[in-house]
Amino acid sequence: MPIYEDIKRVLVIGSGPIIIGQAAEFDYSGTQACKALKEEGLEVVLVNSNPATIMTDKETADAIYIEPINVQTIEKIIEIEKPDGLLPTLGGQTGLNMAVELFEKGILDKYGVRLLGTSLDTIKKAEDRELFKKTMLEIGEPIPESKTISSIEEALLFVKEIGYPVIIRPAYTLGGTGGGIAHNEKELITILHRGLKMSRIGQALIERSVAGWKEIEYEVIRDSKDNCITICNMENLDPIGIHTGDSIVVAPSQTLVDKEYQMLRSAALKIIRALGVEGGCNIQYALDPHSFQYYVIEVNPRVSRSSALASKATGYPIAKIAAKIAVGLTLDEMKNPVTGSTSACYEPALDYVVTKIPRWPFDKFELGDRVLGTQMKATGEVMAIDRCFEGSLMKAVRSLEIGVEALKLPGSGSWTEIQLENKLRIADDERIFAVAESFRRGWGVHEVYELTKIDKWFLEKIKNIMDLEKEIIKAGKDIDEELLAKAKQMNFADSYIAKLTNLKESDIKEMRKRFNIKVVYKTVDTCAAEFESVTPYYYSSFESGEDESVKMSDESVVVLGSGPIRIGQGIEFDYCSVHSVKGIQQAGIKAIIINNNPETVSTDFDTSDKLYFEPLTLEDVMNVIEKEKPRGVIVQFGGQTAINLADGLYKNGVNILGTSFESIDIAEDRERFDKLLTSIGIPHTEGDTAFDISAAVDIAQKLGYPVLVRPSYVLGGRAMEVVYNTEQLIKYMENAVKISSKHPVLIDKYINGKEVEVDAIGDGEDFFIPGIMEHVERAGVHSGDSIAVYPPYSLTQKEIDKIVEYTVKIGRALNIKGLFNIQYVVSEDGVFVLEVNPRASRTVPILSKVTGVQMVKVATRAMLGESLAAQGYYTGLKEPPNYVVVKAPVFSFEKLGLVEISLGPEMKSTGEVMGIAPNFEEAFYKAILASGFTIKEHGTVMFSISDRFKEEVVPIAKEYEKLGFDLAATPNTAEFLSNAGMGVKPIENAVDLIRAGKIHLVINVPTMGKVPSRKGFKIRRAAVEYKVPCFTSLDTAKALARALKKFTGLSVPEPFKL
Amino acid sequence: MKALLVLEDGSAFEGKSFGASGECFGEVVFNTSMTGYQEILTDPSYCGQIVVMTYPLIGNYGINDDDFEAEKSFMRGFVVRENCEEPSNWRSKKSVSQYLKEQGIVGISGVDTREITRIIRSYGAMRGVISTVEEDREKLLEKVKKAPFLTGQNLVGEVSTKEVYTVAGDGKRIVLMDFGAKKNIIRCLNKRGFEVVVVPHDMEADDIMSLNPDGLMLSNGPGDPVDVPKSIETVRKLINRLPIFGICLGHQVIALALGGKTFKLKFGHRGANQPVKDLKTGRVYITAQNHGFAVAKDSLPSYALVSHVNLNDGTVEGIRHKDLPVYSVQYHPEAAPGPQDSEYLFDEFANIVNS
Repeated sequence: MPIYEDIKRVLVIGSGPIIIGQAAEFDYSGTQACKALKEEGLEVVLVNSNPATIMTDKETADAIYIEPINVQTIEKIIEIEKPDGLLPTLGGQTGLNMAVELFEKGILDKYGVRLLGTSLDTIKKAEDRELFKKTMLEIGEPIPESKTISSIEEALLFVKEIGYPVIIRPAYTLGGTGGGIAHNEKELITILHRGLKMSRIGQALIERSVAGWKEIEYEVIRDSKDNCITICNMENLDPIGIHTGDSIVVAPSQTLVDKEYQMLRSAALKIIRALGVEGGCNIQYALDPHSFQYYVIEVNPRVSRSSALASKATGYPIAKIAAKIAVGLTLDEMKNPVTGSTSACYEPALDYVVTKIPRWPFDKFELGDRVLGTQMKATGEVMAIDRCFEGSLMKAVRSLEIGVEALKLPGSGSWTEIQLENKLRIADDERIFAVAESFRRGWGVHEVYELTKIDKWFLEKIKNIMDLEKEIIKAGKDIDEELLAKAKQMNFADSYIAKLTNLKESDIKEMRKRFNIKVVYKTVDTCAAEFESVTPYYYSSFESGEDESVKMSDESVVVLGSGPIRIGQGIEFDYCSVHSVKGIQQAGIKAIIINNNPETVSTDFDTSDKLYFEPLTLEDVMNVIEKEKPRGVIVQFGGQTAINLADGLYKNGVNILGTSFESIDIAEDRERFDKLLTSIGIPHTEGDTAFDISAAVDIAQKLGYPVLVRPSYVLGGRAMEVVYNTEQLIKYMENAVKISSKHPVLIDKYINGKEVEVDAIGDGEDFFIPGIMEHVERAGVHSGDSIAVYPPYSLTQKEIDKIVEYTVKIGRALNIKGLFNIQYVVSEDGVFVLEVNPRASRTVPILSKVTGVQMVKVATRAMLGESLAAQGYYTGLKEPPNYVVVKAPVFSFEKLGLVEISLGPEMKSTGEVMGIAPNFEEAFYKAILASGFTIKEHGTVMFSISDRFKEEVVPIAKEYEKLGFDLAATPNTAEFLSNAGMGVKPIENAVDLIRAGKIHLVINVPTMGKVPSRKGFKIRRAAVEYKVPCFTSLDTAKALARALKKFTGLSVPEPFKL
Repeated sequence: MKALLVLEDGSAFEGKSFGASGECFGEVVFNTSMTGYQEILTDPSYCGQIVVMTYPLIGNYGINDDDFEAEKSFMRGFVVRENCEEPSNWRSKKSVSQYLKEQGIVGISGVDTREITRIIRSYGAMRGVISTVEEDREKLLEKVKKAPFLTGQNLVGEVSTKEVYTVAGDGKRIVLMDFGAKKNIIRCLNKRGFEVVVVPHDMEADDIMSLNPDGLMLSNGPGDPVDVPKSIETVRKLINRLPIFGICLGHQVIALALGGKTFKLKFGHRGANQPVKDLKTGRVYITAQNHGFAVAKDSLPSYALVSHVNLNDGTVEGIRHKDLPVYSVQYHPEAAPGPQDSEYLFDEFANIVNS
């Protein structure tokens, strides 16, 4: 069938900010969908609050709104743009929920907007627990005994019937938010109390637990003619009990016989037909490892994280095909985009093994509860492909960037046997390493199976790796050709083999050359080589076979991607990588991308001229470079991941395009950088480097408290803190960092002032500044967690001039070619440089969009030799526009128990949103709304303020009082405020009041932070868990009061078309 | 132990021997199924062939007691990237290598099966050898060039039942002409209540009629359909006397009996993911396939209609007699291994026979 005739203009709703459970995969699927719709000649109207996405790019859609995703705003956009159809299934749960709400409120009917693809009926059948259950029972598909409840009493009654353990799944939440497994009444009550609150409709499902069964997923597509295909099945290495987003997942399934495979496949087709999905659908099963018995666990009637993974694992572009189905095309009339010649109505055949490993944020949240369960905790994931499971696992592990190059965690050797046993029994993020460690110690497969319930097939494979590791250790320096070849086939990194044999990495590389053990590249082609394919999508393997990748005859440039999404390095760097590819192509040069993140646009096979799905380690990158012999490599756009590779690449003689390695090193090396700034007369924060605790204390005393402390070479401000006295300093030095001569700690004078951020482009001659952003929160809050405003709202022209002057000076001194980012603090004493990043920063996408300067493309072309002048740019600051942009961070605290939420120098946010409006107040309000807070018109504001800030809070509290809020405060703060003449209600039981919904806004500046037993910590956690807005910086509270004063939430801000 | 695989085009691959040792010749073909190696190993249609599995990990779930498609394997040789010696599945009884040993089938592992597939894709299915005894590639190549072609061998004779036997059922009687029938065809008929009388491929038409059948089923089988002229003749005689349903080789036999022609595909269709369009309904089914020959569309007489086509290459996947209850499909509605989407064809056959 051709596309529907009455559809000309389609509204696509994106998934909003990156949060745990909803990451970059929806930028990938949304972008693909928009492209697909435009291919069919349709106009696309796009709404997404996340500015760091490719999908909000000019080229992606015809009308773009970076606006809060809520009914009021979207209704206004519908009114303005008059779309004919709405595509609800490509923007994750956020997009889907919004579509349902728009429908239910009658807005779609009112404006004659048709829901495309999957119908509301279908969505409800899949999402509403009772309807889902009913539908499954009707078609005879088994689901675990369960009951939807809306009170704890109901739940207790039901569990009496079926017994513990039970799983709790709140309805309509993301990534299992608020869910869990309860083994007893106490656990049940705790989880439910929160879960019911989190559910949009106050419901939760109580269900028999099938923990320990195999978890199997199918990705299915159906069209309007009822043609159904499965794209891929996947097997979770971790059995049921751990959220699939937190599980290690393998594609295709490894331990299923054909009967089992087909049984679940047939059921999947039956289910998608019964639901009537038109598009993509994900179906999850629990399969008894000892019989043919299975249960249907979950159905997502939309593209999902799993479908992004399946797309990358097979090459089959699920979102693209799903979008076309939604507008009327059928599978049999479309071509498989990978082969270009065969039908899209086809089930991919894989001839490799794909392994996905989640990336968890526990390196940032050391206090976080690491135990894995039904609540997803990972922020991102990596994927690796190889011809054997061992190889794909080894590649995936070293793609994680958690400081490991193989299945060995630093320190795992010192775990006691009991610790190890516990780590196997109770899964946390380190379990795969615990499994490896147990085999390293000679434990048996059966023993490990009993503790983990991981299928023995996987355990045998991990044991294989460990057995080989032992062999290599035994052989030592005498490692021979056969053993080395075997190690490479299992994809041991050269660096790890070197460690095991006490040789140098270069020795191993040399040995490989001598033995002719070569890397080869194979194609991901959807068809196991049955047909010729046109996609340049490759993965490496060390099998002694054919290399299918042919060096391009044209000149090429390699762009290094940024790896998994994690706190401090998010989707913004994928945006930059993709834009760099486009810039290279615009310059008439072929672009090659290397990356390992399956959720991204950069790893879509039609983004670059060649895609290598590889770990981002020196060895893996060098292998590609040696193969492709590119003109150069771009390291500026892949975040710290790519920058960290610059050193090794440089030493290997690779041409690093743009800013030289020398300059990168100066910017990253504290001492060299300080010297440079001094030499060009730019003031910077005073500081020194300490190599032991007593030196640290001396330095701090010399500088005077407060001081900012952090380990050298950090990403996203990891383990960075402001300390106010010697006691705190010593505590930090003892707990947060392992100080040594190799790992010194930097101590800086903390300057209390406004923080300002500049992104600029240089070509060595000219230095163009598209925009300056001013942070709402004072220095000391990590720039990634600050609310930032463009253009600056409180700086003087003199200060701005100084910032421009310094930026140009630094750019010139470092001979910057490409992008750079400088953070300044502006205080009464002047403008000081905090740090320089010789690379793209996380504000680049936002600034590109709001200034209209395609910063990455311009920078890329400058790196390739085209001057800024030739591109129409100049030295200096671009004239600011007549609107205001506010960027606000978004956190995923409710997913991570026991995590400190108060803001500090260490970054905690997972994503960001943007508000854009004619004035600051409105833009700020939009940003706050978009970040997920609901600000009540009236109600109670609760204050709990550290002594240090009590003076400062008085005028702010007054503002809220004037706005008509009731004031409440913890006893000391209350006393202070009433002494200042305010009517404030002292409260003892803040946590209870928050739980009871009696507090509507919390303003809490902590004294200590990070101590779960303290009252303040409990208040903050309660606020997060019960969705009460909580601000921990007085600056944010002040700005909010300003916004509320001028702009009341009663009216809906006008959408702003970019 | 080392093993060598040498193909007719001169390419050679050194790997490890697994299964039986010795030397085996056959037509080298590839199969893209990711699961179902036990069914593939015991599908008699692979008689005379060396099968390359494109999925690199074979043997993960072992060999169980139930999933056999024949009493033994007729495959000549088995080529895999990696063979699993520690299978894991609740029904697993032995490893693939143990099974190959028992069956006397030569296997080779540790070779680049993707490269081999790409060679076959561009050269076409060709003769080849796996040897664990001869290390000289040239000598093996000479031997390969002397090995018999697939066409011209009596492969059906090798795999077909020699005796008539009956699988009991409460309902009507179906005679199954056994060209190398997969057991699941019998199971699918049985499941619908039929009594199934399995007869040798060369049974005369009158003898078949004397069994008082209510319908005739023509099974899958190995080799070139022109190598079973007697069966074609028999079917021709039965076409207006019984409802007939043919699968794979049985489909080709019906086409030939109706006066059509078959031809050899370059490298055939072997896998679990072939899209087939039902021209009557416009619906597409994902099918299991295993064939190297196909019915030539233009060769069919006017009373034989093409009912199904392959969406990838447009080849004939099913035909139907214009007036008589005679029809056939090139693919495997009995699955095992592969998708069960087309099992409804057995229901249709049951309706015809029962009405």
